[in-house]
Amino acid sequence: MEALRAVLLVLLALGGLAVVLTREPLRQALVLGVYGLLLALLFFVLQAPDVALSQIVVSTVGLPVMILLALAKVRAHDHRKRRGEQ
Amino acid sequence: MCVFAGGALPLASLLVWGLSGLPAFGDFHGAYALLVDRIVVAQRHATDAVTAVNFDYRALDTLGEEFILFTSVAGLAVLLREQRGERLRAITRGAGEHHFQGASYALRALTLVLVGPVLVVSAYIDAHGAITPGGGFQGGVVGAAALLLVFLGGSYLAMRRLSPHALVEAAEAAGAGGYALVGLGGMVFAAAYFQNFLGLGTPATLISAGTIPLSSLAVGLEVSGAFVLLWAEFLDQALVVRGR
Repeated sequence: MEALRAVLLVLLALGGLAVVLTREPLRQALVLGVYGLLLALLFFVLQAPDVALSQIVVSTVGLPVMILLALAKVRAHDHRKRRGEQ
Repeated sequence: MCVFAGGALPLASLLVWGLSGLPAFGDFHGAYALLVDRIVVAQRHATDAVTAVNFDYRALDTLGEEFILFTSVAGLAVLLREQRGERLRAITRGAGEHHFQGASYALRALTLVLVGPVLVVSAYIDAHGAITPGGGFQGGVVGAAALLLVFLGGSYLAMRRLSPHALVEAAEAAGAGGYALVGLGGMVFAAAYFQNFLGLGTPATLISAGTIPLSSLAVGLEVSGAFVLLWAEFLDQALVVRGR
């Protein structure tokens, strides 16, 4: 159990770094989802399954979907504006 | 460099000093939590202390949290409404049918097959809040994810048909109002707002812990409605072209 916690904490530190270092928003949304899943695992290992359950859906599905849809909207807008200028 | 060293060295030594005085990992002295842990089964017949705190001991806090979600989603719906002079021009190509490039039929079938089981899991988590980890919020988000799966399976319009805005809004409002009503019930049938006024039943059975399962179902409905509405507003923005 002790080892599992240590591994997860190290993975979380690396995951947080990966989220920050990913500069492309689309990729960042996906990396953020993986980071959220790791966080949910840590909650589970720390015996907080109630929190882990919400964490799984909110941060691996809910938040990335909102970011992806916002990105899609922004890109469609840019695309149309560029077409309008030509 | 000198200025940096002058600032960083004291900070580092302060941090080391502070870290050395920290209690050990897992060393916990929260008197309230330890107390609840000891009395919850005898007092409320609920075997999940977290849910008992959320929906009974600190039910008023949950009411506040619930209305934070409610108002933020209402604010989002107002912000992303159809504005004057803006009309729904057309549904973009692919919104009705499959939208993602490169997704195979197997992937689509798999997501659609998962919808049913996810809904069952959601209902299970909602209903067993007082017994096992979970409860209204967790079950609610899982239930909303089931509808998102319909979209991921490539059928945005099917998702819209399955969850018309009016119905989702009604469900969200009913959930939020229902939870407040459970609290009022405490005032009517017992002494105080959110006092547990139903029979407590046998611990660890489906109908036990008095009002906790009721509260859990109401919050589940509210959270499901809120998240579906939230995603639907974003999907509308992203997939339906709006122009002047």
